[in-house]
Amino acid sequence: MDNHVVLAGFGGQGVLFAGKIMAYAGLMEDKNVSWLPSYGPEMRGGTANCSVCLSKDPIGSPLVLAPDLLIAMNLPSYEKFIDAVAPGGIAVVDSSLVDQRTSRTDITCCYVPATTLADKKGLKGLANMILLGKALEQTKFASWDAVEQAVLKCIPPKKQHLAQPNLEAIKLGMSL
Amino acid sequence: MDSKQKVLMKGNEALAEAAIQAGCHHFFGYPITPQTEVAAYMAKRLPKIGGTYLQAESEVAAINMVYGAAAAGVRAMTSSSSPGISLKSEGISYMAASDLPCLIVNVQRGSPGLGGIQPSQADYWQATRAPGHGDLHILVFAPASIQEMVDMVFKAFELADTYRMPAMIFADGMLGQMMEPVVFPEKEVKQFDKFSWATCGHQGKRKHNIVNSLILQPDELERLVVERFKRYEVVKANHTECEEYLLDDAEYVIVAYGATSRIAKSAINAARDKGIKVGLIRPKTLWPYPSGVVAKAAEHAKAFMSVEMSMGQMVDDVRLAVNGKVPVYFFGHTGGIVPTPFEVLEQIEKMAGGAL
Repeated sequence: MDNHVVLAGFGGQGVLFAGKIMAYAGLMEDKNVSWLPSYGPEMRGGTANCSVCLSKDPIGSPLVLAPDLLIAMNLPSYEKFIDAVAPGGIAVVDSSLVDQRTSRTDITCCYVPATTLADKKGLKGLANMILLGKALEQTKFASWDAVEQAVLKCIPPKKQHLAQPNLEAIKLGMSL
Repeated sequence: MDSKQKVLMKGNEALAEAAIQAGCHHFFGYPITPQTEVAAYMAKRLPKIGGTYLQAESEVAAINMVYGAAAAGVRAMTSSSSPGISLKSEGISYMAASDLPCLIVNVQRGSPGLGGIQPSQADYWQATRAPGHGDLHILVFAPASIQEMVDMVFKAFELADTYRMPAMIFADGMLGQMMEPVVFPEKEVKQFDKFSWATCGHQGKRKHNIVNSLILQPDELERLVVERFKRYEVVKANHTECEEYLLDDAEYVIVAYGATSRIAKSAINAARDKGIKVGLIRPKTLWPYPSGVVAKAAEHAKAFMSVEMSMGQMVDDVRLAVNGKVPVYFFGHTGGIVPTPFEVLEQIEKMAGGAL
């Protein structure tokens, strides 16, 4: 199945990194992939976001306007994108930072207190990976093997000790 | 290609890596969004391999440093975005007039003026008509994917050296910023002997070379320009490139390049599903322009549409090639707005329904 994803949050929460892992996981399964970050003034203090496409076919527009998967890590991102989610799509929301609930009944919205959970479980700063895990469990955008390889690829050689906590956080997200 | 060999890279970084692998070890630039990663990558890599990275005091200075390096016989490049390219245009004209090869990258942004920083294709006229003052052309390559960006960097350097003229990679903010899988070609870089014309030092073994663009005698200047235009004809005959997609039975033809062509392709596939016979001509070189392919398609097509991120610039070249045989329409957005496949599909449906 093809995936058209928007990941959004504050700068520093790791939405671009989480998007890169998705893209690499798709690449590991020989899919066509694209990753397009926002680079406008909204990066400065508002929402950082990226569009990720995974597809069997060549990717046309890398800009995702109607995501079938949204990962929203803060309120401005949630407000900006929740109505754009395609009918039948899935939204994974960090409910530690977003106190709203959508009234939409045509999408599946998963509220995961990722930031609070990350702090509690000794995975500080890995709320992005917890949400990615939940998204993986919901959409099966790639196999576990592909995601594992992607994490190892995305973490630079000097920081490989961070691979394990990242993978743990993804697993935690999958179990929720 | 095995997916394990592929790496995900931003367009800007892939451009820079490709240039280094193509033997370009001299980069001169000035930062501007959305192309700054080209310079950042060069700043990190070039000092480690004995190259020169220099952040100039301005775009004007940067292009003149490229002039100097190219005159000395090395592969040199600069990169910028729309407003910065305008500043470089004087130097581009001087380089064309001095028969110097180089690579210029334009990662276009919304304009005119300082404009915005989102993707645009509104520098088409500038790149293909007047990259600088005077009678001149430069090679203009329009990649549509990160892989094609890489492949075109190699080709651009090679053709620039072969024909001794500047070449441009004509990208936009979307291609510069996005990541896609890419594989770098493992091929030998063709070496060019520049000893006969470059000011590279000769230990008294030959008469010194002069690189110059000031020719005060009109007859001499005309002779040089006419000779240069003969070379341009050779380039036109041998190096015009485009992709034809679903063109054989097409009643309607979309013409689009770069990032816009990908969007057009999605729309064309959707229109085909609805039974509309529509195809795509995607110029890979904007100068020289694939006029012959457009003219040939005009023999059987009912109408054309140019889709661009501008107010309609390449549409002029489509009209010139179609030469009045059938209607040529335009659809686009400007200012940094990227057209959506849905919008293009709507326009295709209108065109096929005779509603344009």
